[in-house]
Amino acid sequence: MTIQVRYFASLKQQLGRDQDHIDLDTPLTAADIWQQLHPQLPIPSNLLVAINLEYATWSSLVKDQDELAFFPPVTGG
Amino acid sequence: MIQIIDQALDPWAEIQHYQHSQPQMDGQFGATAIFVGTMRDFNQGDNVSSLFLEYYPLMTEKQLAMIETQARQQWSVLDILMIHRVGEILPNQPIVLVAVWSIHRHDSLEACRFLIDSLKTQAPFWKQERLPSNQYRWVNP
Repeated sequence: MTIQVRYFASLKQQLGRDQDHIDLDTPLTAADIWQQLHPQLPIPSNLLVAINLEYATWSSLVKDQDELAFFPPVTGG
Repeated sequence: MIQIIDQALDPWAEIQHYQHSQPQMDGQFGATAIFVGTMRDFNQGDNVSSLFLEYYPLMTEKQLAMIETQARQQWSVLDILMIHRVGEILPNQPIVLVAVWSIHRHDSLEACRFLIDSLKTQAPFWKQERLPSNQYRWVNP
């Protein structure tokens, strides 16, 4: 199964790309996916997680066809 | 109504236009609470030349819709208009408009405060400032 992983704002700039795709055999947590994609990069302490356009936690499970996103704290308004 | 736009925002014209387009509100509302956020030309002790506002399409709209639903559940409001700019913004240009119509002032005032406070912590927008030196920096909450 394939998961789309999106990055925004300063994280996108830091990584140099706005998305990744990852193939998974079984559902994994958001933290597991981060570690698979960025084994050299510890999870930034203030980074937020969203799954399918809603806020989630690092322990939330990501399933086939889900859209996962990582981004820094928001600063609109 | 929720809108995200990448062109100049005239909040006063938007309020008038929206209000006139909602004839069912005629004679019904006694209070309109309005918040307009505008770009400053300074931040954290530095002059700022412009701002670039990034957002997460679809998630931002979804979060704003959730915030609007929460406001309608907590207060008796007749209508809500939220418009947020994205893209490049210059000093003195409005960034965000929140307008709430209600029968009495308490509901619109409280709902308006809730909406802008919630927007600032939940809606996925990010500001990047351009300084006069042409350096860019991300704004921290």
